[in-house]
Amino acid sequence: MILSWVALLLPPQSVLAAFALDFARISESIPFILGGILITLKFTALSAIFGFIWGTVLSLFKISSFKPLYWFSMVYTSIFRGTPLLVTLSLIYFATPQLTGYDISGFQAGVITFALNSGAYISEVIRAGIQAIDKGQAEAAMSLGVRYQPMMLDIILPQAIKNILPALVNETIALLKDSALVSTIGAQDLLRRAQIVGAEKYVYFEPLLIVAVVYYAMVMALTVTASIMERRLQRSS
Amino acid sequence: MTSQLVDDTNGKTAVRIERLYKSFGSLKVLKEISADIGRGEVVAMIGPSGSGKSTFLRCINLLETPTSGRITIDGTDITDPKTDVMAIRQNVGMVFQHFNLFPHMTVLGNIMYAPVKVKGVSKPQAKAKAMDLLGKVGLLEKADVYPSKLSGGQKQRVAIARALSMEPNIMLFDEPTSALDPEMVKEVLAVMKDLAGTGMTMAIVTHEMGFAREVANRILFLDQGRLVEDASPDVFFSTPKSERACQFLEKVL
Repeated sequence: MILSWVALLLPPQSVLAAFALDFARISESIPFILGGILITLKFTALSAIFGFIWGTVLSLFKISSFKPLYWFSMVYTSIFRGTPLLVTLSLIYFATPQLTGYDISGFQAGVITFALNSGAYISEVIRAGIQAIDKGQAEAAMSLGVRYQPMMLDIILPQAIKNILPALVNETIALLKDSALVSTIGAQDLLRRAQIVGAEKYVYFEPLLIVAVVYYAMVMALTVTASIMERRLQRSS
Repeated sequence: MTSQLVDDTNGKTAVRIERLYKSFGSLKVLKEISADIGRGEVVAMIGPSGSGKSTFLRCINLLETPTSGRITIDGTDITDPKTDVMAIRQNVGMVFQHFNLFPHMTVLGNIMYAPVKVKGVSKPQAKAKAMDLLGKVGLLEKADVYPSKLSGGQKQRVAIARALSMEPNIMLFDEPTSALDPEMVKEVLAVMKDLAGTGMTMAIVTHEMGFAREVANRILFLDQGRLVEDASPDVFFSTPKSERACQFLEKVL
């Protein structure tokens, strides 16, 4: 009695067979999918670099005694933290041509959005890092006649960034994973390519599984690199 | 740089402090302090904790901004908003209680940084000068070491060398031995004594009464933000005028 109920609940044989993985069917498309690695990495690297620079600038605004800069950075951060990334991404991609007439590519819109967004998050991390540095460091620099800019670049930021390195790597990992969002605006990243192959061959599981594994491998590589870097830096202190 | 020469400086006064007030919010830390520090003079500032002596010292290189009053260094009014504070600070070295060495730079890097970056001294020249200074503080063999590998006394000697690298006319010391283990106090005081012997103008906030008595030309005794006594060490330690100084000396001597 119970067995026959279970049999009814199980999917029929044909469904199970379709579940079996068959990479042979998409073998010729695998190089195309893997070509997306370069796009995804390039995208992540550019976003991370611009986001870091912008985040550093914003963090300096946040500790500035000049109030307009302070308020700008606070409102800015609040907006980017308070809106879904997919919404800002679509806004920039679709609004730019409408407002400026410039036909922005998915890749460009993606880098701009991600840099602006990641800058908001990174600025909080860097601000905390700067404020964690002993005030005596700035005082020692000032007492030697060192001006604000070299003091920040040579004395304060190197120490702050060393302390927040794990947080920065986490942010880069988040960027790498979120980069899949650009597939929605037509950039040919890893995920988009998997979807293209899926649509062509009517197989989705295999290509998606491949990109999931590739994403995981890239994230792991970043994590390992970060821990090696951290250990090296720790040794010098 | 604007340089207003004060008529009564005539080159003998290094620092002139006139009616200096400093408040943090409603807390009045310094009240009407006036004093001159002569060129080549070694002035020890002593007093109970909370008396304002560190704040006083920090006003001299504007790490604290005076609430009112005037401070003149080498004839330049540093409290004038038009004065280039950074240019003044190059001329006034400071040594801190907690050393404040840059942990991500080697000893040599710490000493060379400001001359190269601020004064534009060439690297080989800055290095030669740094090695010379390290020799004077007895730490030549530590040139390539990071500060974390040094003892407290060694750190403070490096900090002194770093301050001297800018070739200042005046050196400020903010409780330079207070964070040190007792056996390391001596080595730092010895370096300071050598420095005093070279004719450097020095202002030292200290709790080392023996050192103040031996090395200083003058004692400034502060209590509750006021300059209570300004006397030579002999006079101050043997016959203090004020009640407060008597009480203080009874406790510390």
